[in-house]
Amino acid sequence: MLNYDLVVVGGGPAGMAAALKAKECGVEKIIILERAETLGGILEQCIHTGFGLHYFGEELSGPEYAAKFIAEVAETDIDVKTDTMVLDISETNLVTAVNKADGLLKIQAKAIVLAMGCRERPRGALEIAGTRASGIMTAGTAQKYVNIDGYMPGKKVVILGSGDIGLIMARRMTLEGAEVKVVCELMPYSGGLTRNIVQCLNDFNIPLRLSTTVVETHGKDRLEGVTIAQVDEHLQPIESTKEYIECDTLMLSVGLIPENELTKNVGIGIDRITNGAVVDEMRMTDHPGVFACGNVLHVHDLVDYVTLESQIAGEGAANYILGKGSKETVYVNTTTGNGVRYLVPQRVNIKNENDVKLYFRVGRIFKNAKVVLECDGEIISSKKKVKLAPGEMENVIIPAATLAKMTKDSSIVVRVEE
Amino acid sequence: MKKELTCVACPLGCSITVEYDGTEVYSVTGNTCKRGDAYARTEVVNPTRSLTSSVKVNGGIHPVVPVKSSCAVPKTLLFNCMKEINSVSVDAPVKLGQVIIKNILGTGADIVATNND
Amino acid sequence: MSYDVAIIGAGVIGALTARELSKYRLNVALLEATNDVAMGASKANSGIVHAGFDAMPGTLKAELNVKGCAMMPELCKTLSVPYKNNGSLVVAFSEEEMETVKELYNRGIKNGVPHMKIIGKDELKAMEPNLADNVCGALDAQSAGIVCPYELTIAATENAVTNGVEFKRNCKVTAIDFNNGEFTLATTAGEVKAKYIIDAAGAHSDEIAKMIGDESVKLVIRRGEYFILDKAVGNTVSHTVFQCPTKMGKGILVSPTVDGNLLIGPTAEDIEDKDDTSTTPEGLKTVKTFSVKSCPSVSTRNAITSFSGLRAHPVSDDFILGPSKVNAQFIHASGIESPGLSSAPAIAEYLADIITKAMGGVEKNGSFNGVRHDVFRFRHATDEEKKAAIEKNPAYGRIICRCETITEGEIVDAIKAPAGARDVDGVKRRTRAGMGRCQGGFCGSKVVEILARELGTEVNTITKFGGKSNILFDKTK
Repeated sequence: MLNYDLVVVGGGPAGMAAALKAKECGVEKIIILERAETLGGILEQCIHTGFGLHYFGEELSGPEYAAKFIAEVAETDIDVKTDTMVLDISETNLVTAVNKADGLLKIQAKAIVLAMGCRERPRGALEIAGTRASGIMTAGTAQKYVNIDGYMPGKKVVILGSGDIGLIMARRMTLEGAEVKVVCELMPYSGGLTRNIVQCLNDFNIPLRLSTTVVETHGKDRLEGVTIAQVDEHLQPIESTKEYIECDTLMLSVGLIPENELTKNVGIGIDRITNGAVVDEMRMTDHPGVFACGNVLHVHDLVDYVTLESQIAGEGAANYILGKGSKETVYVNTTTGNGVRYLVPQRVNIKNENDVKLYFRVGRIFKNAKVVLECDGEIISSKKKVKLAPGEMENVIIPAATLAKMTKDSSIVVRVEE
Repeated sequence: MKKELTCVACPLGCSITVEYDGTEVYSVTGNTCKRGDAYARTEVVNPTRSLTSSVKVNGGIHPVVPVKSSCAVPKTLLFNCMKEINSVSVDAPVKLGQVIIKNILGTGADIVATNND
Repeated sequence: MSYDVAIIGAGVIGALTARELSKYRLNVALLEATNDVAMGASKANSGIVHAGFDAMPGTLKAELNVKGCAMMPELCKTLSVPYKNNGSLVVAFSEEEMETVKELYNRGIKNGVPHMKIIGKDELKAMEPNLADNVCGALDAQSAGIVCPYELTIAATENAVTNGVEFKRNCKVTAIDFNNGEFTLATTAGEVKAKYIIDAAGAHSDEIAKMIGDESVKLVIRRGEYFILDKAVGNTVSHTVFQCPTKMGKGILVSPTVDGNLLIGPTAEDIEDKDDTSTTPEGLKTVKTFSVKSCPSVSTRNAITSFSGLRAHPVSDDFILGPSKVNAQFIHASGIESPGLSSAPAIAEYLADIITKAMGGVEKNGSFNGVRHDVFRFRHATDEEKKAAIEKNPAYGRIICRCETITEGEIVDAIKAPAGARDVDGVKRRTRAGMGRCQGGFCGSKVVEILARELGTEVNTITKFGGKSNILFDKTK
């Protein structure tokens, strides 16, 4: 059995940032366990630019953003095991992992950071009728085929879902010579960043059909076409709007789900909306010493925010290991008010002496609205927003001074005022 | 003339209003940073985009290495640039930042590798 | 090459019959039109081992179902195929339906079904608390079970091949001639000669029969649509729960699967196209509506996938088994609809018996070994077993499918096995790689890579399930 102060599960942007921060905070023995062949996580296949503007102040591609952290990790004495899959975490923070070189590994950790990222929702969850032809894949799988393996997964493409990966792939496939016929979005608004609609769809005259879904796939061997239809206000397809579109590929970009199988096995509490763990302001779960950050906690739209969040988790883990941080713990839950779908962290230790930033997403599009933070019935801040959209993560800060005045019966509410 | 734009300079996606006449820009409003101002000014006159793709690697770990244009290229030249990118290959080892095509199509942008291979 | 017997169709019937015949000193060929075994009805059905009370007394269905159900546990053990004796319940929602339940019970007694009883509401709800509150009672048949139908087919084929049967894939029979007491089969993989033919071609068995001029096989193709729900709700019921049968079949069932998922379905719809395994919005809606009637908590929000399967319903309403009236060396094995899977072990014996009797005095195959050991399954192994396996073969230490914890070693084993996997779905059925929550989102491309490497080909020649179901086009650069 190996012993480490900190075991980081996942070597993507979240895991690397958490490990580096913990190192900086004085943690000695740290190991990152990564299931892929290299560090970097999903960034390795995200070859488009748009990463790092917040954090580095320059626009980087995914591999470039990852490379900066990979280089930093290499300069430390943080141990890294790639091609290593974590199978289990026990009640007592004993980590079981496996790889080709070491076989079955048992690692006793003082603290653990969960940074496994997320996966894409597959077809099965969508109830699309029709054949089981080849050529139906998630946008992320297609992205790997094109960008890492160097193969075209399709020539005539329909994309369902206007999440960022779907939009990015629309442009990517077009540039590589495929014809992207249409991007369909079930909701009346896009789930992706506005700038991606502009530069990935509008630039190439790819139509975006809102309130539209794929109802049926056709073709016995390879996909030959799909039937699309508009949906009513209950998201049910409208029969009279059915339309056949010839295509050999259907790419799905219909949502990301944090990969929390390990988390659930430990018995850690899960937020039903984020599908990630319930955490406090240092990103500690309800299992002592186990932290979570990045897309395994809640799906982010910017990797920069993943990095910032993971640094919090890294510092939290360091405090836990080194016995630093707030001496006392009094939790107050954060509450979603009008228009707010979820809040992370879900609870705040009011004895924490720092400002706490709450991240949230709205449930629908708001225009010219206000984001209001209300603590114990008092409006702490009210910030005007020209536009709020479900696809764009927002945040609001609880000042340390406000926290200092709270008791265990206090309330923290974030809501949208129109 | 007045034009409403969504800034693509960064993921914030600010809504920008540009007042201009021909190639002369009178005002840019709604942007939150200098990059937004610059974006709006070029967008109404000569729209440019940064380009990312991949280039064939000979004898590398992966068959392709990701690349990007070192600065934005005219939007109208995107597909011509792709032809250039698709016509070259590079021998391993490739270093992140290595210039693969210098000054592509005279745009002033280099095509550089964005990963090692 | 001239064979004693050519079996057309590597479904569960063809595979088990091939294995049965490999007990004798016979040259047997198992011809499969597609890229893999179990690609028709054997791939997509309910996976239920019925007790045997459905069929009318005196029919082949009744006789062979009861016999097959009794044989199944031992056979599955011998072949290392997952089987569970979970019992079945036919649930009544009214006093009228309770009458049907009694009828089924009486029929079961006549058919020789053991361990049946009629139970009332209280006992039923105590057994299955998630059933609807308006249930009245049920027929409890304890001999019923569940089995993985394609694993049974795969295991039977493997064991048959190990015992000398020749398996030919992508070998579609296009014409049959008969000369000097021997058939000549024209196939897409060349000519095959055989003294006897067993027509186990499922939905296409009528076409095969017509090739010798036998027009007697009359089939109606019936499609059934299903959902597979996540393991998180796999324990909604422990028994296989049927509603009272109608003339279209046994209705929508709710059942656990041997893998721990929950299965709901099937619909029953007669269709024209024999290969149309598409699902329909209407069909899927029917499954939802009727499954909720049995178990109100069942929700397709937990669906990980949906699929449809075809069954060849014989117009005569009974299995068509035995020599053709046109040529006695051509043996029918047609119309094997439910309870076909349950009856399969008995059908195989029945058919082998016909062949060996007709040939007269066939010698036993002294080296026959009916045992098929299960391959190493990482997820089921203890820590010690895992360590030992990785030491022997490091590929068992590389997890490819994260959702189901399937290693590279297991995937390579599946490809190298007798009659092994040649495509992505074949790997999936043999190992479960890609069968979990992400449905191959992460591991799909790695499975393609491993297949290409092991088969010594380019990744863009790898298919999802044979034919033109390629996954990738050309290189980007």
